[in-house]
Amino acid sequence: MIVSRRGSARYRARARAAREALLAYGLLSPALLLFLAFTVFPIVFGLYISLHNWRLGPREFLGLGNYMRALSPDSEFWPSLGATLTYSLLAVPIQISIALTLAYLLFQKIRGKALFRVVMFLPWVTSTVATAAVWARLYSPDIGFINSLLKSLGLAPLRWLLEDKGLFTLIAGGLGITLPDWFRGPSLAMVAVVIYTTWVFVGYNMTLFLAGLGNIPGEMYEAAKIDGANGWQLFRRITWPLLSPTTFFVVLITVIGTLKAFNHIWVMTQGNNGTQTASILIYRQFYEFQRAGYASALAFLLSAVILMVTVLQNRVAAERVNY
Amino acid sequence: MIYLVLIVVGIGSLIPFVWMLLTSVKDYGDVVSLNLWPWPPLGNSTPRFDNFAEAIRLTGVDRDTGLPLFFRHVLNTATVTAIVVASSVVTSVLAAYAFAQLQFPAKNALFILVLATFIIPEELILVPRAVMMNKNYLNWYNTLPAMVAPFLANAFGIFLIRQFFLQIPRDLYDAARIDGAGHMRYLTFVMVPLARPAIFTLALLEFIWTWNEFRWIQLVTSSSNMRTVSVGLVGFLQTDGGSQTQLAMAVAVMVVLPVVILYFFTQRYFTEGIATTGLKG
Repeated sequence: MIVSRRGSARYRARARAAREALLAYGLLSPALLLFLAFTVFPIVFGLYISLHNWRLGPREFLGLGNYMRALSPDSEFWPSLGATLTYSLLAVPIQISIALTLAYLLFQKIRGKALFRVVMFLPWVTSTVATAAVWARLYSPDIGFINSLLKSLGLAPLRWLLEDKGLFTLIAGGLGITLPDWFRGPSLAMVAVVIYTTWVFVGYNMTLFLAGLGNIPGEMYEAAKIDGANGWQLFRRITWPLLSPTTFFVVLITVIGTLKAFNHIWVMTQGNNGTQTASILIYRQFYEFQRAGYASALAFLLSAVILMVTVLQNRVAAERVNY
Repeated sequence: MIYLVLIVVGIGSLIPFVWMLLTSVKDYGDVVSLNLWPWPPLGNSTPRFDNFAEAIRLTGVDRDTGLPLFFRHVLNTATVTAIVVASSVVTSVLAAYAFAQLQFPAKNALFILVLATFIIPEELILVPRAVMMNKNYLNWYNTLPAMVAPFLANAFGIFLIRQFFLQIPRDLYDAARIDGAGHMRYLTFVMVPLARPAIFTLALLEFIWTWNEFRWIQLVTSSSNMRTVSVGLVGFLQTDGGSQTQLAMAVAVMVVLPVVILYFFTQRYFTEGIATTGLKG
């Protein structure tokens, strides 16, 4: 009798576990089915597409042909990868150093802090397409606000988004020096895009840094101040090391974000004048030329680069970040 | 000194918005002559609020409803946004509850699957997703299902809500059980109300992401009456808006305005949501 009661208790527990599992799968199924259909399946399908000459459907099997074409020495993939990395290498340090500086300034006891945060965050909230359209007009050589500002300061107007010449070439040209072509630097159009990107993301990154700064215990600063540390030492010895997890996180998402940048570049330059990043190239190949196979192969190559950069960053972080 | 830096940076950051607003009510002549403030007391033009009506008229007419196309674009954007917000909130809450509260086989594997969908670059799946929509496959090209499909569920939402659910003490569930509530009642009447701030944050972020979405919609729609405001704006920039800067800015103002208004009333949720979860550039 006792045995059978135990048996039925165990049976009931098992039934309850089964019901719980069933409920869990039921709750998960909408999200999981959507992920399977529109994320997991497209990866496999994309691989399949990338092995074909593909227009509306498969035309012929090419094997690795699309990849070979993308990786051949004269392919447009290499310059686009160069443009992507240039964009990233320019945008990330500028954006992060400004965001960190602002966050640090704002972290002092300051009035109007909330208002400043709201204002700085606004560009991130608003439509990239709309604000990029506004900036494209600000940069306009004839009717743009930026050139009229330059003129009123007595400086020469520039062609900004329409300028293919390199930054270094332009600066040297202004000084009367001619530079060799390999030292031309990023195109002015690229610099203009980077300035826009900085405007969009500084407030967002600053908000992340502010959250990170808030996690540093205040006693550390007080103790260091009693020991006579100055402002720079406080930053260098306390803030910077203790903020490193946040910094790493911000750098990581900013790098990934810049490697995928698309909307604003599309609106501002359509990829012209040295701004054809890999994302733009993929989109153009597909949207303008309907080369789905080639575009998919390019997408896999770009994703491989993003993955490598991410892994590399994690390696560096493992050594340098203090948790 | 600090104040000076912050004020200069803050004002500098607002200049593009101010310039957009001012330009949207200028005469074409004042735009071309670079007149920053052509109105009294500095000039003698009058603000041209007609620019908005003019820009709306120039977007064309929707052949289904007879309304100006711009209104159709607003309607499409609102429809897509409403569907995406509702669907992603519901799917995220349900999945988050399973991951936070229930025990089941393959829980970790499924969680890793969700994590993986979060890390995958959108570039990788953009083309195959779009191919899936064409007439040889789902045949959704140029329809509402195609416009919303990739955004109906997202891993970010599941993480955000799960994180919040995990902070709710389990004792609460035991108490609810004693009162005779099952999982679904507990989720509906206890967890969801408690997680309202997180759910609201998710809904807001989904709102702005979807309202501002451009690339996907451009890729899977072709007829002008299926476009959204972002795609419509880019189209307008390539036609009348290209030369008539004041009209382009009038459209940009109307595209940005709903989001800006929403943001000013709810900005606390944005900054807090971003600060606690980070993620998504």
